Amino acid sequence: MLSVESLDLFYGDAQALSGVTLDVPEGEIVAIVGANGAGKTSLIRAIAGMLKPAAGRVFYKGADITGLDSHRVCNLGVGQVAEGRQVFPTLTVRENLAMGGLLPRARARKTGNMERMLELFPRLRERLTQAAGTLSGGEQQMLAIARCLMGEPDLVMFDEPSLGLSPALANDVLDTIVDLNRKGLSCLLVEQNVAASLEIAKHAYVLENGSITLSGQGSQLLADDRVRQAYLGM
Amino acid sequence: MSFSLYVEVLIQGVLSGLVYGLMALGLSVIFGVVRVVNFAHGEFAVLAMYCAFVLFGLAGVDPIIASIPLAIAFFVLGYAMQRGMVQPFVTRPQHEQFILLVGVALVITNGLLLVFGPESKHVDLPYSFDSYTVAGVLIDKVRVYGAAAALAVTAALFAFFRFTSTGTAIRASADNLTGAAVVGLDVKRLYAISFGLGLACVGAAGSIMMALTDMTPMLAPSLTLLAFTIVIVGGLGSMTGALAGGLLIGVAEAVASLVVSPAIKSMVSFGLLVLVLALRPQGLFGKAES
Ligand SMILES: Nc1ncnc2c1ncn2[C@@H]1O[C@H](COP(=O)(O)OP(=O)(O)O)[C@@H](O)[C@H]1O
Ligand SMILES: [Mg+2]
Repeated sequence: MLSVESLDLFYGDAQALSGVTLDVPEGEIVAIVGANGAGKTSLIRAIAGMLKPAAGRVFYKGADITGLDSHRVCNLGVGQVAEGRQVFPTLTVRENLAMGGLLPRARARKTGNMERMLELFPRLRERLTQAAGTLSGGEQQMLAIARCLMGEPDLVMFDEPSLGLSPALANDVLDTIVDLNRKGLSCLLVEQNVAASLEIAKHAYVLENGSITLSGQGSQLLADDRVRQAYLGM
Repeated sequence: MSFSLYVEVLIQGVLSGLVYGLMALGLSVIFGVVRVVNFAHGEFAVLAMYCAFVLFGLAGVDPIIASIPLAIAFFVLGYAMQRGMVQPFVTRPQHEQFILLVGVALVITNGLLLVFGPESKHVDLPYSFDSYTVAGVLIDKVRVYGAAAALAVTAALFAFFRFTSTGTAIRASADNLTGAAVVGLDVKRLYAISFGLGLACVGAAGSIMMALTDMTPMLAPSLTLLAFTIVIVGGLGSMTGALAGGLLIGVAEAVASLVVSPAIKSMVSFGLLVLVLALRPQGLFGKAES
């Protein structure tokens, strides 16, 4: 569904990604594991069209989407639950959701989608007219996920969705992702809880200093000594 | 001096303040969303004044009526300017943006000087010297009309931002630019609309001002400065602030003209500016930097 081929990305002179190649097959959860600063967020933003890669290609459903503007990539069905949630703090919860539903691909079904989201995340219904900046971290994360789903994506890239949440809430978020995947959503997952993300991912990649150094089945990597030492502290 | 004279001047101040406020609103919208300071703001106001002057001369259109078509024309101008010229500068250093817009300002002023010359111009409206008398207080008719038009345009703009999805999307981009890209908003288009709306404000305000004052191309820098003063007093990027700042400056200038002398007008607004910067640097309605 999504394939990235030999992607290079620079910030000025500093190289953030070099030769990154990966695949997200339709209907699967694929995890990316890597230390802080490895380039996970940069990779997601390059795929999303928010950063322009210096070399390499990104294909989505067979079409070359390299260098396309982010609103066009979104409208093809590539959604993003970004690092730091990136809600609109002074807009109400309802307005935040509406912004996710403005994509031409989903616009006509905005009202119905909003209702579905409020059923999926009942907490948001209680907060509809509240400014998003006043929500708790967990609620903001739900809002970020719901806002993304308002655009009816076929693939969602989750960037550290449980960062800053209590262990119980973090679990809820991961459960939500597994649920969405069961209903057919393809997922690219970056998660600081490496063990949990490798458990739910069919396939996983290890990113180190901007390069993929290891890849395999989630369960395989979970058993790999190098992964256990570097990311699981065992 | 009689009490009614004070009331009269206060009302005149409020009425002019609404027009000032509309002009400043344009500067505030552009900065608040696009994060570019329109250093040519006063020049665009003067350009609008000349457009209104020409429309009056050629077709006898009342400048207050002309504020509507000029708002639309300036919207298109601003939209095109952002798309074609300013957009590449959005991510460039501020001094480069400054040079670009000062360049635009110079082109406008010198263009107007070339075409119209430096003499001051004014329009004579049939009701220029009419006034209403309410409870012994005299109010200029033309100022009432001008303020009503300014208020209508301002209200339309507030409604646009509050109730339309494009307006909400613009607020969203001003709120969190990364978030806007993440959900797939077309930020460049929203920027162009915002710059267009900013110029629509100044187009309407300039047109209305043509009915109220004499004008020369050399008036532009002082109008830019006025818009800056209002926006900084009200709070950079705050729409309510721009409006409140306009009213405050309008009233302060009117009262100072009466109590001391008209020559002291600008001194009073700059005095207010200094006072606000000293006591509340983020402006009356601005949010403190965290
Ligand atoms: N806007 C930026 N400008 C310059 N360097 C950046 C920027 N964003 C990230 N980087 C650098 O790129 C590298 C990868 O960062 P990032 O993609 O955020 O990693 P991760 O998400 O894996 O923590 C880091 O070395 C970081 O310092
Ligand atoms: Mg990151």
